[in-house]
Amino acid sequence: MTTRFDIEYLRVLGPDGRLVGKNPPALAKDTDRLVELYRQMLRVRTFDTKSVALQRTGKLGTYASCLGHEAAHVGIGAAMRPEDVFAPSYREYGAQFMRGVKPREVLMYWGGDERGNDFSGPKHDYPWCVPIGTQCLHAAGAALAFKLRGEKRVGVACVGDGGSSKTDTYAAINSAGAYGAPFVLCIINNQWAISVPRRAQTGAPTLAQKGLAGGLHCLQVDGNDIIAVVAAMEEACERARRGDGGTVLELVTYRLSDHTTADDARRYRPDDEVKAAWEEEPLKRIKAYLVAKKAWNEKKEQAWKAECGATVDEEVNAYLATKVQPIESIFDHLYADMPEDLARQRQQALDWEARR
Amino acid sequence: MAAITLIEAITQALAWEMKHDDSVLVLGEDVGVNGGVFRATAGLQQSFGDSRVLDTPLDETTIAGLTVGLASQGMKPVAEVQFDGFVYPMLDHIVCHAARFRSRTRGRLTCPMVLRVPWGGGIRAPEHHSEANEAMFTNVPGLRVVLPSSPARAYGLLLAAIRDPDPVIYMEPKRIYRQYKEEVPDDGEALPLDVCFTLRDGTDVTLVTWGSQVKECLEAADALAGEGISAEVIDVATLKPLDFDTIAESVGRTGRVVIVHEAPKTAGFGAEIAARVAEECVYDLLAPVERVTGYDTPIPLFRLEMKYLPSVEKIVAAAKRTLAAS
Repeated sequence: MTTRFDIEYLRVLGPDGRLVGKNPPALAKDTDRLVELYRQMLRVRTFDTKSVALQRTGKLGTYASCLGHEAAHVGIGAAMRPEDVFAPSYREYGAQFMRGVKPREVLMYWGGDERGNDFSGPKHDYPWCVPIGTQCLHAAGAALAFKLRGEKRVGVACVGDGGSSKTDTYAAINSAGAYGAPFVLCIINNQWAISVPRRAQTGAPTLAQKGLAGGLHCLQVDGNDIIAVVAAMEEACERARRGDGGTVLELVTYRLSDHTTADDARRYRPDDEVKAAWEEEPLKRIKAYLVAKKAWNEKKEQAWKAECGATVDEEVNAYLATKVQPIESIFDHLYADMPEDLARQRQQALDWEARR
Repeated sequence: MAAITLIEAITQALAWEMKHDDSVLVLGEDVGVNGGVFRATAGLQQSFGDSRVLDTPLDETTIAGLTVGLASQGMKPVAEVQFDGFVYPMLDHIVCHAARFRSRTRGRLTCPMVLRVPWGGGIRAPEHHSEANEAMFTNVPGLRVVLPSSPARAYGLLLAAIRDPDPVIYMEPKRIYRQYKEEVPDDGEALPLDVCFTLRDGTDVTLVTWGSQVKECLEAADALAGEGISAEVIDVATLKPLDFDTIAESVGRTGRVVIVHEAPKTAGFGAEIAARVAEECVYDLLAPVERVTGYDTPIPLFRLEMKYLPSVEKIVAAAKRTLAAS
């Protein structure tokens, strides 16, 4: 006996830049907004390229690249409102930039400075979350707080295909369903959890269907298609805001980079696969679409790239110019009121640093 | 004013704070209609409704993660885990997030939550229901670890824990939940965190303890007094951050110290206190530090558990050894 159910797959814009399907969402006609989204995607890629270069030249610590995820990340950020809460894992810079986080803050975090997590943008958003999947429950808890207080806000979490295997991810799906909390979980399936391929994570044919058991809406989306991502996210957020339940979106994409700069993906995945993935990457198709619509051209592209380069350089310089925090900073933010015992250790640290 | 038990004092404190602060809510397994497996939340859902007293799905990871989410978004959740032995799946959220949100975000996000943990042995419970695992939490920067030892201190310290702007692990000695009653005014008066309580003055030896062993130590002090030995009894109450000054001042006067806890000996919190005595009071000592603790084994099932736990007799013997040494 086989249990049957259907998980819908949403793709609006094919890899060749042409619309697929008969009833594209309204966003497909809104070229002004699409141009803006494409510009954001280009900006993220410029930032990402620069960040990897900074790490390679010793000016940044280990960095998690977002190469290939631009449509998924920017699309998530574009569909959210400032009052919603975002709980990222650790590479969703595109979404965070849309919410006001500055590139220099991302660099500070990966450059070994906690102040990166005290970022611009919504003060209620969660910091980068290295323990895999735990952020899903924090977003579900935030969503529960909104429901209890009657606020029309959404808790959004991102997790990877690897993170979809975690207890916490299942727990978030289950509890958000049990409470009917306004929760949207974006499973960003980039096919690789460091060296372990998607097929080794689960026997389930989709990751979106993990939401079914918790009573959440489920949809698989072409995560390289900015139109599909924004449309799916907006619908999911709207439904949550209405009080009609949470959603699991599986955004299918590909990690074109190494896992982090400390990884070498050539050890475990074939070049052919990566080459094929480049054919489906997210920027090319939206550019082709906008060029065909005469909303974008090479001249605009070059001008915007130059502007991105300049603003990213400015951010990098701001990051490089930040002074190391004083040693006492490690004590100063641990408790609201510093315990006596800790104050003594703080003084010891200060005395040691001031020794002659 | 009626005399109440320690568990009733906890209910009384929860009700007071929920009544006076709308952001306080209670969540956990069976805390709603059922009022909790120990009845700590009895009547609260009836009084405050099911949006203030939430039954959770049966998953400790869920309780911990949701609590962190709620606390970081303007609520003051008081989460209950049913037993000490079930906290382990919660540690990821407690250690990596609750304890560190303030520090990781340089103060942008905070986590004002309380995790109530029925704690320790001595109630003839099934396996995994009797663990004294407080030392695990005392090694985590950013936490407060609080262990009340009487109805009045349970009330006052729980109010303080809920009002504290940082996460508090509030461990409840279940062995004395209903051991005795005392009058506890329901006046909303919190007791101070981060301080030890000296429950009995003495001049010959200092007994340092917390939780259910406080009563054991007070009885040991009575027994010692009968033999002409004057024992001071300190209830540490807040293990982290530790008020070592109170202990140091006492040891400075008595010159002898017996540390009593039911957790295993190695790297139990008594080891930290002994190390601090060695660092700061060694020249005051008239005898080696004594520890009366559980053994370095899991607490046995209940036929043997009382042989595992510190007892009045073991404490008296240890105190006498410190006197024999000088």
